[in-house]
Amino acid sequence: MNTSDLLVIGGGLVGASVALGAARSGLAVTVLDEDDVAFRASRGNFGLVWVQSKGFTLPDYARWSLASAQSWPELSAYLKERTGIDVELKQPGGLHLCLSQEEMDTRKERLQWLQDEVGPHYQFEMLDHDELRKRVPLVGPDVVGATYTPMDGHTNPLKLFRALYDAAAKEGVQFKTGCGTEDISYANGIFTVKAGGKLWQAPKLVLAAGLGNNKLAPKVGLFAPVEPNRGEVLISERLRPMLSYPTNFVRQTDEGTVQIGDSHEDVGFDDGTITSVLGGIAKRGIKCFPILANANLVRAWAALRVMSPDGYPIYQASESHPGAFVVTCHSGVTLAANHVMRIAPWIAGGAYPDAIREFKGDRFLNKDLVFTNGH
Amino acid sequence: MATNSLFRPLSGPSSTSARPVEIEFDGRVLQVQEGVSVAAALLSAGVSRFRTSVVSETPRAPYCMMGVCFECLVEIDGQASRQSCLVTVRDGMKINTQRGPRALTDGTEAGNE
Repeated sequence: MNTSDLLVIGGGLVGASVALGAARSGLAVTVLDEDDVAFRASRGNFGLVWVQSKGFTLPDYARWSLASAQSWPELSAYLKERTGIDVELKQPGGLHLCLSQEEMDTRKERLQWLQDEVGPHYQFEMLDHDELRKRVPLVGPDVVGATYTPMDGHTNPLKLFRALYDAAAKEGVQFKTGCGTEDISYANGIFTVKAGGKLWQAPKLVLAAGLGNNKLAPKVGLFAPVEPNRGEVLISERLRPMLSYPTNFVRQTDEGTVQIGDSHEDVGFDDGTITSVLGGIAKRGIKCFPILANANLVRAWAALRVMSPDGYPIYQASESHPGAFVVTCHSGVTLAANHVMRIAPWIAGGAYPDAIREFKGDRFLNKDLVFTNGH
Repeated sequence: MATNSLFRPLSGPSSTSARPVEIEFDGRVLQVQEGVSVAAALLSAGVSRFRTSVVSETPRAPYCMMGVCFECLVEIDGQASRQSCLVTVRDGMKINTQRGPRALTDGTEAGNE
């Protein structure tokens, strides 16, 4: 039998963040990770640390995202100091490019609503085409304008992933791969997980299995009805710096790669790419930055977002199975700082963070409510 | 440099019938075998540095010779990031070392930064 203080099911960005934070709080943590057949959103994402317009209809989500973005420099500095890995955090503010006046109008309305709800520190600017061109000279003539917020930024998500693993390992976290969870049982305050042909025990259990949470949550009295949503991206050859700000469709990484996204496809558990979708992404990318027509593309991939019915995270402690928690969200990058510094200490025995009271999975049990994605 | 090549053309009917063509590499005129790839031509002419890498700007040369590794990128007739192992030499071709990451241009002016 393998015992620890805390078992984390899922070795993605969310699981690694929670494991790291819990280990820093003094727990002996084991992470049970599946293997390469898993749908690993953590290895396919866009790398934005993003706040703007998130949480329309639920300002707590805007506050939660903003708090994480504000804590990100501390996380980044900690990871650098602990592991030597620079995750290339840059927070110059972000641009949401708009391709129609209607989109500009809608965004203005939403961002104003969010500022009214969250407070004057939720800053944004509406940039018309000419003002936008001053900040990003390569922007195309068909881009009507953009919304800018100084809160946004981006990171290298693969370096983040590696740094979280490295830091967690240094804090004593045990990562076990090839350990897809087969079963969970609970008796006398101890969880027993059958995974990778072995039994693992701990008095605490966190479900951080992304899309796998849907089926695992009911085993410990929790509800996490997350569904896949596919996003495809195009990856360019590495290029000299050409874009100083991350945008909603295009960003340039620290190493010069231009990532062009994205799509939102409801196709179930299929993480393949489709030429017509990639073509549309390329066209829109060129519309935003015409010079990209001359770039060579070296890769394309798809990944499955982990989406709850309203797009917001799910954080809940089980009442029927004390010691069990579910932690799942779409934004494992943006929220990484919150997961390390706020969610993990709560799981380790600290106070319940009041900021997450709206994010219980039970909200989806209310059959009278109809959910729309406000992510 | 041309005398220092680590590579020799295989002897046989295809190589004996091949005529030389003239290409330029970084302004130097080279006589190379017709019908081979730019990468093969440069290697047999003794070129060992094709480009510098995009992040650390260290020297690079062809590795896979079959279009997969992207180590053999050079600038050919003004166009950067060509995979030299996939392009056949042509008389009068002007080839340059590629230094660091490519700067995107719109074809008429320097359009970056």
